[in-house]
Amino acid sequence: MNVFSKLLTSAAIGLAVSVASFAAHAETPDNMLVIAHRIDDVTTIDPAESFEFAGSDISRNVYSRLVNLDPMDLDAGYKPDLAESWEVSEDGRTITFTMREGVTFHSGNPVTAEDAAFSLQRAVILNKTPAFILTQFGFTAENATETIRADGNKLMITTDKKYATSFVLNCLTATIGAVVDKETVMANEVDGDMGNTWLRTNSAGSGPYKLDSWKPNEAVTLSSNPDYYGGAPAMERVIVRHVLESASQRLLLERGDIDIARNLNPEDVAGASEAEGVKIADELKGRLMYLALNQKHPELSKPEVRQAFKHLIDYEGMRDSFLKGQYTIHQNFLPATYLGASDENPFSYDIDKAKELLAAAGVDGLELELGVREAQERIEIAQSFQNAAAQVGITVNITVGTSKQILARYRARELDIYLGAWGPDYPDPQTNAGTFAYNPDNSDEANATGLLAWRNSWDTGGLTEKVAAAVTEGDRDTRVQMYLDIQAQFRETSPFVVMFQQIEQSAMRDDVTNWSTGQAVTSAAYWQVTK
Amino acid sequence: MALTDNKGEGRASLPPWIKTTLLTIGSIAVTMLGLLFITFIIGRVMPIDPVLAIVGERASQSTYDAVFLELGLDKPLIVQFLYYLWDVLHLDFGTSLLNARPVSEDIARVFPATLELATLGIIIGILLGVPLGVVAAVRKGSWIDQIARVLALVGYSMPIFWLGLMGLLIFYGILGWVGGPGRVGIFYVDVVPSVTGLILVDALLDGNWDVFKDAFSHIILPASLLGYFSLAYISRMTRSFMLEQLSAEYVTTARVKGMSEWDVVWKHAFKNIRVQLITVIALSYANLLEGSVLTEIIFSWPGIGSYITTALLSADMNAVLGGTVVVGLIFILLNIFSDLLYRVFDPRAR
Repeated sequence: MNVFSKLLTSAAIGLAVSVASFAAHAETPDNMLVIAHRIDDVTTIDPAESFEFAGSDISRNVYSRLVNLDPMDLDAGYKPDLAESWEVSEDGRTITFTMREGVTFHSGNPVTAEDAAFSLQRAVILNKTPAFILTQFGFTAENATETIRADGNKLMITTDKKYATSFVLNCLTATIGAVVDKETVMANEVDGDMGNTWLRTNSAGSGPYKLDSWKPNEAVTLSSNPDYYGGAPAMERVIVRHVLESASQRLLLERGDIDIARNLNPEDVAGASEAEGVKIADELKGRLMYLALNQKHPELSKPEVRQAFKHLIDYEGMRDSFLKGQYTIHQNFLPATYLGASDENPFSYDIDKAKELLAAAGVDGLELELGVREAQERIEIAQSFQNAAAQVGITVNITVGTSKQILARYRARELDIYLGAWGPDYPDPQTNAGTFAYNPDNSDEANATGLLAWRNSWDTGGLTEKVAAAVTEGDRDTRVQMYLDIQAQFRETSPFVVMFQQIEQSAMRDDVTNWSTGQAVTSAAYWQVTK
Repeated sequence: MALTDNKGEGRASLPPWIKTTLLTIGSIAVTMLGLLFITFIIGRVMPIDPVLAIVGERASQSTYDAVFLELGLDKPLIVQFLYYLWDVLHLDFGTSLLNARPVSEDIARVFPATLELATLGIIIGILLGVPLGVVAAVRKGSWIDQIARVLALVGYSMPIFWLGLMGLLIFYGILGWVGGPGRVGIFYVDVVPSVTGLILVDALLDGNWDVFKDAFSHIILPASLLGYFSLAYISRMTRSFMLEQLSAEYVTTARVKGMSEWDVVWKHAFKNIRVQLITVIALSYANLLEGSVLTEIIFSWPGIGSYITTALLSADMNAVLGGTVVVGLIFILLNIFSDLLYRVFDPRAR
């Protein structure tokens, strides 16, 4: 849909809404939650493999973990879930979990330490995309059965060296930490796949909800688990309907056919906020929008040039116009609400300052290629930057492509500038520190395509060691200070221009309470929702 | 004479219907092979990395490499194609790279949604478009003709996306006459067992009138929209064909002989445009069966159009190829069906 059509549509809807009240709206049943959401990114629901947003939402509600985040108190961090308690060995390498008694899977099988050990071993052995969240602790397919083991009601995990306990436990709250029903999964094993094929489209959890069906690009249906150890959820049925178009989501919401619309564009949020019986809730999410400057480029590797680019972003102008309500200014690699996140935003749009810095670097008449994927907001940010750069004599040629096209070139270190987004993988500061500010081998041969610092050929100037030290620091306050220091140095020296942090705006019926999309640290939870 | 007789005996003397059947099957096979090959090559040379589509941008190189090998991308292109062809010949379209389900299962789920919508759409298009075109031709220059012209013009030029949203806003949002996006309301999801995948038919088979009414209230708006766009094309073509016939000498003769206008128009002139009209209708129907992507998006209709488009954008080539085979087959089958109807309506084609 082009811009003209969007404007026409929004104008027409706005006009019609203002001149005519909707017919008496329907209502979803009191014990049912109906959500409109884009769920076309769900590629698998096996927690050892799932790594997409909508897929994580399903896992969060279907699977319990050893430790988990409480949607009603996310600031508190991890809390006991299937593990009732844990102890850390003196050398800091082994954590022994004591399992909660009397919990059963949806199948009726009891949840045991053996199930928990199997789940983590399985994720390591399968080595799917999110496996790095566990393998970063030294677990490998070869040593998984020794480093992750069950003994009666106890589960022991032994890492390759001492890590901050909070780091390990935070990682276990991620989707990959989900505990699956070993008996059910292995009953569906095919050709030694540890049930992966079956679990991609089925579930074997013990969480507050059971998966009734997942129809790709159509709907996900969940029903409550009456035997959930935390108490049966108020919403007995949850239906997440795939509705791609914002205007369609808004119509469904205003008619009362759904309870929550999760993908309204700014125009529809503004429109829906004025509708009777509808409210809007904002939550900061983890996605950051950033520019990255390839340090292989001789001019971009100059410190003054890197600083100059941080003044070529019209932060406030964009936030208050086409990003209104969707993004807030944020110039640090840790998203706000994360442990150790800095709220310092020292850079402002300042053409004169940028000119001064470029002159000091001896740069004049630069021509650069900027790669961006074909997403409207990103293209608009690129165009705004292009205009600002032109004012200081820099020609920016924008290359727009599919995410795969642009990403392939970014990962191959081919682009001068990349404009993109990054979201954290698990609720620990290491998730972003370990990619933005960590690069132990900057050579092409290292091929560390998973590290953003490597993709931009940045050797981090000593931050790599500081990041490595922060993950082993046991004292929470000291650890927080370490991340604040790393971010301060990062802001001044890095080739990353972090610009914005995403806000998710959920529009919902007035009677929906306790809704949580999980903020920046986790996914949406349904079990605490009431109507 | 003897030589002539020998020549005749030496030839394989197959009955004509077998020859025709074999030729048809051969042409289907060659067409499908060409279609598969071209789509396969396009899919492979597209600057989209199917491995990245699966593993995501954060995967380690070892994970990436493992999936690369798993997909057989290390083999020469022609070998990859032959492997794929072998599987297709065994009715195995592979597994969707993105949702890990068999492509045939996905198509069996999304195609009935499109079939149901397109069939109702084309019925609306024919029922309104053909009479409108005939009347517009008979009353050329009259107000009916002008209305038909405006309707067709709007149908050709109005963006379907905008028209769909306006339809939803008015008939669903404001008036509440029809159901909203989706095939059925939340109360009726999975209520009737899926036998054909066509919800209207399944509801009838199950004798569940509530589901039928709800499904009908959801399908009528998108079907009318598609019907309107078919109507625009069908009515203009009908008018054009009819004008040609009405100016023919046999029509003048029939009128001079005192035949009623009804008989002149419907029994003579219309009879002669049926063959051309079949082609127009078959083409319209085939277009609808390909799936109207925008209509499917607005109405959250899980059909084959959005399935193929999503797959294409995500480099899910198994799904794209599977979808392409289905769409190709539809075109071929409709062509064969049109040919059969030609023979029924036009003795010269027999």
